[in-house]
Amino acid sequence: MANDPMHQFQIERFAPFDINGIDASFSNASLMMVAGAGLATLFMTQAMAPKAMVPGRMQVVAEGAYNFIHSMVRDAAGSEGVKKFFPFVFTLFIFIFMANMLGMFPYFFTPTSQIVVTATLALIVFFTVIIVGVTKNGVKFLKLFAPSGVPWYILWFVIIIEIISFFSRPLSHAVRLWANVFAGHVLLKVFASFVPMMAAAGFVGVLGSILPLGMTVALYALEFLVAFLQAYVFALLTCIYLNDALHPGHH
Amino acid sequence: MDAEAAKYIGAGLACLGMLGAAIGVGNIFGSFLEGAMRNPSAAQGQFGNLIFGFAVTEALGIFSLLIALLLLFVV
Repeated sequence: MANDPMHQFQIERFAPFDINGIDASFSNASLMMVAGAGLATLFMTQAMAPKAMVPGRMQVVAEGAYNFIHSMVRDAAGSEGVKKFFPFVFTLFIFIFMANMLGMFPYFFTPTSQIVVTATLALIVFFTVIIVGVTKNGVKFLKLFAPSGVPWYILWFVIIIEIISFFSRPLSHAVRLWANVFAGHVLLKVFASFVPMMAAAGFVGVLGSILPLGMTVALYALEFLVAFLQAYVFALLTCIYLNDALHPGHH
Repeated sequence: MDAEAAKYIGAGLACLGMLGAAIGVGNIFGSFLEGAMRNPSAAQGQFGNLIFGFAVTEALGIFSLLIALLLLFVV
């Protein structure tokens, strides 16, 4: 059915591949991820190739993206965070941004609309935080769950809440990106399907179908904002979690 | 009651959860503007905090939308 809003999330396996029952096929999702990463790499290397003192247009865009994320990491994770994690956060941001933006093209697949993709990214961040926190602070990493300055009679309660909030982080981190992209694309499809539905109702219907068409255009603009904002939010939350790993007990 | 009907009623009820997120997000941006009008020079530095609060609040609304979508299309 052409009007099914879920049809756009169908995985098509181009090269079926199976490792002991684990589906590792090269699908349209993998293709879009490779395309996003490849385009970003190509753009960054090409834009920065001249290394001009007075930057050209492409170099301005590349340097702007670099500075934007650099100041975000410095504000959220401190200068130590910049030294250790800036390449990681910048890669995450560019990857998610390119995946979201390529998905905005009609008939293109959006990799971030698959929860397995966003969950993988969120789990990478989650385990990075644990490994960095434990190797840097050792047992002191547990101070993350016991904020200083809390009286002992409510401390046990705060510890329970902190533990729950720590382990629900990867869930909310993954679901936020996935659900925003997923819901946005469903919404676009639903509003777009109103256009032929209304136009089928004769002459008045054709005139009236301008309304849902205009709504679709407006929603498309909103989705571009969401595509950028969710990539930014994902990178920002990564910085805040990494800051917790570097300085536990400082909130 | 028909199971199909119950599904649609459930999806509608789940969407009510977005009411809280709507109030929260409106409150965040309203308060930000209020503060920014009083001290415009400090507003630039709070962009990160603004977006962080927005993201955390919005996630809760997204969760209820998620339940509604799951009821409509998956269950």
